[in-house]
Amino acid sequence: MTKKPLTLINKKNIRVDGRKLDELRPIKIELNIIGNANGSAYIEQGKNKILAAVYGPKEVHPRHLALPDRALLRCQYHMSPFSVKERKRPAPSRRETEISKVIRECLSPSIFGEYYPRTSIDIYIEVLEADGGTRCSGIIAASLALADAGIPLRDLVAACAAGKVEEHLVLDLNGPEDNKGTDMPIALMPTFNAVTLLQMNGILTTDEFEQALNLAVKGCEQVYTLQKEALKARYINVKEEVEEE
Amino acid sequence: MTFSTMIMRGRHKQIAQSILSGKRLDGRGLTDYREIKLVTGIIESAEGSARVYLGKTDVIVGIKIGIGEPFPDLPNKGVLTVNSEFRPIASPNFRAGPPGEKSIELSRVVDRGIRESSAVDLEKLCIIPGKKVFVIFIDISILNHDGNLIDASAIASLAALLNTKFSNYEVENDEIKIKTGYTQLPVLNHPITVTVAKIEDKLVIDPSLEEERVIGAKLTITVEDSGNICAIQKSGSDYFNKQLILEAVKLTNEKIGDLRKIIVED
Repeated sequence: MTKKPLTLINKKNIRVDGRKLDELRPIKIELNIIGNANGSAYIEQGKNKILAAVYGPKEVHPRHLALPDRALLRCQYHMSPFSVKERKRPAPSRRETEISKVIRECLSPSIFGEYYPRTSIDIYIEVLEADGGTRCSGIIAASLALADAGIPLRDLVAACAAGKVEEHLVLDLNGPEDNKGTDMPIALMPTFNAVTLLQMNGILTTDEFEQALNLAVKGCEQVYTLQKEALKARYINVKEEVEEE
Repeated sequence: MTFSTMIMRGRHKQIAQSILSGKRLDGRGLTDYREIKLVTGIIESAEGSARVYLGKTDVIVGIKIGIGEPFPDLPNKGVLTVNSEFRPIASPNFRAGPPGEKSIELSRVVDRGIRESSAVDLEKLCIIPGKKVFVIFIDISILNHDGNLIDASAIASLAALLNTKFSNYEVENDEIKIKTGYTQLPVLNHPITVTVAKIEDKLVIDPSLEEERVIGAKLTITVEDSGNICAIQKSGSDYFNKQLILEAVKLTNEKIGDLRKIIVED
């Protein structure tokens, strides 16, 4: 076993995983990977491995939940039992219930739900391996899965956390940093400068909060570029498939 | 559209227009709280208790202390849990059954404020390291729902903690013996929670239930004694821009003084 480092950030401001303070973890995104879903995406962000799938718009079950003027949006964020060190019980925890709620609320402003009254759009996020910032990675993938499902969107929702670890403001906290420091995940629709998710736990002064917010917004903008690239790559694939036929 | 939903839409429009013009239907300014009443020590069977009235919103918090095992990664610390119950007695919209997502969110937001500010000195609640610690159960019960449950619950929870006493004890041969007399629960910090609601580009404090149906998004901000922020939660399906977020933080800082006075100096 490797020895645990005593500090998470060394004197040269390099973090445990070799990143600079304002550097994202490497992100790999793939679209359309679950055959049964209307849209799906897979993301690897550092050690995070997360799947998102969208089913819908489709008939609502149970039917009494249907809304007369817009689609019903539902979201389930779930962690696989093997996604963390100690086995996680498969039943939804209180944490997962809360995260499902905030993710649903953060994607909701991006969707033209009024185009699909009396239907449901169901979003499922499955965390296969977790290493901090899974809700942000989940949002990135879920927003792309919605786009992949062909649901009209006002914008993609990008997400990224900023926070404070050992007196340094940092971007995109990994697991150990998240456990030790202050974590502030946000989600952003960059075209509208709209913050659709904002949470924080840990201590920040008002000034630090403002700096962290700016940092997280910058992180979201980088993520947004990657999301657009992934989406374009998907449609180039579709085009090639069609041309072959 | 049924007749009743038509009336509701008219009412919602009226609430929204009134807020946009800088006034509220109940006569309050946009950043005024409703009358806050706080009563503490009302439940004798609980180690601590408080009841908060925020206008017609009525929330009671009881604190029970038990003995349990510490978490393996924190062997020297007591355990703190927050739970909330939205019982059908409080609103026609509450149903019996396991806690729903709103109840879970409320508990977790209140918990975050208390935990991140280290409000309770959990190290003082360790009895035998790694084996036995005191477990503090903060149970929030909504008695009448008229909006802004998070602020009411946070006020009541902190007031109840400040009012909590637990039995003196001694340890003999790894056995816990309860002695006569009580010790005050060690509370080190006083996290104050303010929820700022947004309708279009206006910020509103302490929304009533009717107003909450019109409001798109809320930002719940918790500030500790030093003035630092210790927890934030955005909820609702609308968004904030950066400017409004910073304004909401400013507004929170203006409001915490009054709330702290009510809770701490009571």
